[in-house]
Amino acid sequence: MTPNPPDQLLLATGISKTYGAVVALRNASLGVRPGEVHALLGANGAGKSTLVKILTGAVHPDGGTIAVRGRERTVHSPAEARRGGLVSVYQEPSLIPDLDIRANLRITNTPVESFRHWVSELGLPDLDLTSLARRLPLASLRVIDLARALANEPDVLMLDEMTAALPANLTERVLEVVGRRKGGDSSVIFISHRMIEIAELCDRATVLREGETVGVVDVTAGSDKRIVDLMLGPMAAEIPAAAERPAAAPRPADAQPRLSARGVSDGRRLHEVSFDLHPGEVLGVVALEGQGQDELFDILAGSSRPATGSLVVDGTPVAFRHPADAIQAGVVYVPADRAEALMMQRSVRENIALPFVAGVRHWAMLNMGAERKTVDEAVATLQIDARAGNEVRRLSGGNQQKVTIARWVATGVRTLLCFDPTRGIDIRTKQQIYVLLRELAQGGAAVLLYTSELKEVQLVCDRAIVIFGGRIVAQVAGADADEPSLLRAAYNLAPDEVIPELAVAFANPDGAPGSADTAAAGADPDGPGGGAPRAGDAPTGEQSEDPA
Amino acid sequence: MTAATSRRPRRQTAAGVRGLFRDQPVIPLLGLLAILVVVIEVVDPGIVSIDWAGVIIKGSVPLAILAGCQTIAMLTGGIDLSVGAVASMTGFVTATMIHSPGGEVQGIVIALVAASLAGFVSGVGVGVFRVHPLIMTLGMNFVVLGLANVWQLQNVQTGAGVPANLRTLGSGAFVEVLPYSLVVFVPVMALILVGLKRTGYGRLLYAIGDNPVAARLSGARSWQVLIVLYVISGLLAGIAGLILSGYANTASVSLADSSVLPSIAAAVIGGTSIMGGRGGYAGSIVGAVILTVLAALLTILGLPEPTRQIVFGSIIVVMAAAYTRVTAES
Repeated sequence: MTPNPPDQLLLATGISKTYGAVVALRNASLGVRPGEVHALLGANGAGKSTLVKILTGAVHPDGGTIAVRGRERTVHSPAEARRGGLVSVYQEPSLIPDLDIRANLRITNTPVESFRHWVSELGLPDLDLTSLARRLPLASLRVIDLARALANEPDVLMLDEMTAALPANLTERVLEVVGRRKGGDSSVIFISHRMIEIAELCDRATVLREGETVGVVDVTAGSDKRIVDLMLGPMAAEIPAAAERPAAAPRPADAQPRLSARGVSDGRRLHEVSFDLHPGEVLGVVALEGQGQDELFDILAGSSRPATGSLVVDGTPVAFRHPADAIQAGVVYVPADRAEALMMQRSVRENIALPFVAGVRHWAMLNMGAERKTVDEAVATLQIDARAGNEVRRLSGGNQQKVTIARWVATGVRTLLCFDPTRGIDIRTKQQIYVLLRELAQGGAAVLLYTSELKEVQLVCDRAIVIFGGRIVAQVAGADADEPSLLRAAYNLAPDEVIPELAVAFANPDGAPGSADTAAAGADPDGPGGGAPRAGDAPTGEQSEDPA
Repeated sequence: MTAATSRRPRRQTAAGVRGLFRDQPVIPLLGLLAILVVVIEVVDPGIVSIDWAGVIIKGSVPLAILAGCQTIAMLTGGIDLSVGAVASMTGFVTATMIHSPGGEVQGIVIALVAASLAGFVSGVGVGVFRVHPLIMTLGMNFVVLGLANVWQLQNVQTGAGVPANLRTLGSGAFVEVLPYSLVVFVPVMALILVGLKRTGYGRLLYAIGDNPVAARLSGARSWQVLIVLYVISGLLAGIAGLILSGYANTASVSLADSSVLPSIAAAVIGGTSIMGGRGGYAGSIVGAVILTVLAALLTILGLPEPTRQIVFGSIIVVMAAAYTRVTAES
């Protein structure tokens, strides 16, 4: 603590920003006290990311003021913001792919020793600094981004959906490290769609809706509901209930699967994976980061070829040599990374219509009327807000995600492969995607869904397969797929074993409690684990707001 | 907040201008062209006339067709540096075959087939073997130049020359007003404009330039698109070469060399991004006319060649920088 702490470490008031016709922020304000972890919440497109970009100088506001430690300042660039103590970790990794980690650190003048310290605190002690950024998995890149930010010893650290792409074990480390910063001289602004992480970690929350700050809430037990009400605003009533799963229809024993994998291996990460995907079902795939699920989806989508094993679609053996072959066979793929799936400079319409024109047969004149009709239907079905539709890059993340799905739904989908489709998007859009996947399955489609959010499995999937170390280690019925059992299966543990990271977290009196997922796995969320007092280094009385 | 409110009208106007440049670059470009025409009239009163317009169009047509090659290649994130050698080659081959049994028609057919073949090889290099288009087409430029030289040594004929019909096509005009080269150019222009906006193939050019991974995941096989692209580019360059040799009444293996960089400049001025995924042919056509008028203006001003080059280069850089600003994300 500074001897005479200013009331607000960071104070932004009246911030506004428009992109063409779209108002991203109209009157946003945010006040962060020293030593707190402050949540920034809001539905999709509420303006959270824009506000963070403005605070770090990546985007220039149309109006409003920003004061740091009581002194008004204009931030012109991220580098200037970083020197001023404002550091952000964005949703997309900000490392240069073709440089190794050490060179990436040098660019931002990050002290290597300090970085090493943080990166091992965050759960990657064996990171090789000479590896190229492009060769590392997304989760590692995000952790590296965070460690780099921490090593710069920021006054205000902004984390935008930091945990979104992380597996449960890394999420827990991140939450613990961030939690330890409480009560010090610096603060953290934390953006997340996972309410339980907010409850776990944050002291106060600022809620944005449609570009405006609609409330600041002390995070206490039971503040979830108020936060959600604020986020959703008057629209709350329109939100559909969680997808209702009809009683599993009995499947004739001789029913032909839509897609079968038999002993599929990629030669490195994936070993002898076999499963059947039937029409009318949503089959979940559950795995910790890097267990071979990426390779499995690449093979199923025709992006890479299996080393051994075979695929059968509708009873016919297939050998996909290109995604076009998979699409031809009715197997379509929604990748995790929207930047992989979308043409950011092109319109919503061209993006949705892209598969219609891909084959040589469709190179001739387009039937613009028919195309417009199909695209409009898909836009309506997925409730895409296409007002900024001339360029997909101007859409919010959730709307972009819907465009990647609309592309396939537009012409009727037979077999849909979805890789983490709800990563980093708001609750309302997630709900819409759940409902959509259920509806597709009811309409006879077969859906394979990998998700890093375990609770989605029970909500959406009829059953789930769990992959560990490249092999299928468990199969769980949708009804039994609660988070604790899935997490155990994902760690390949027997039902009564204690998850190792969790045990460490519980044994350490100074450690933050585990993440949402693992706290639930502790069987009793109100027990000593879930409600452990948070760290002796927080002398300022924040414990009173502890969720327990 | 008051500051923000008072700034708003100007910001909106600025945003409007930026939006216009981004979405409809042809309109401000036509304005720029009009300004240049006014300037040239002020500098040399009485010069602007129907005849003068015809002269400008004749000069612009070969450049505009070559700019078409660059536009379609740049939309995919590529470029075609072989257009210089290919265009020179077609004019030259046709001129040397003027006395062959099939006459100039045989020469033109052989020349255009050779031009398409050069494009095909470039397309295979870029599409299948993943050679960078800059390198592939630069290499192809030298190969075609070398082959044209071999052809020159093998086919020393007396009486070789640009066929009269090509001279008429390149430099003649209907009732001394409407250049005959428009007979070729208008259909070419229509094909490119419609092809880019209204065909599946055109969509894929933009798609591959914007995001090749997305195009692949959507089932597009980019090698097919790229091979066809460079064949079209080679063929267009060949056609431009025929018109150019008729316009200049010359046939040499290096006739079109000096048009390569202007053709890229015309596409850049016209708003096509060299990074791919953004742009169109209408802008490139206006860009080609602007460059032709600008060259005429610099000639009238009597500026020495180095000064002209400096002015030319500066304009290209300024335009490219302006587009980068108006199309940037924030």
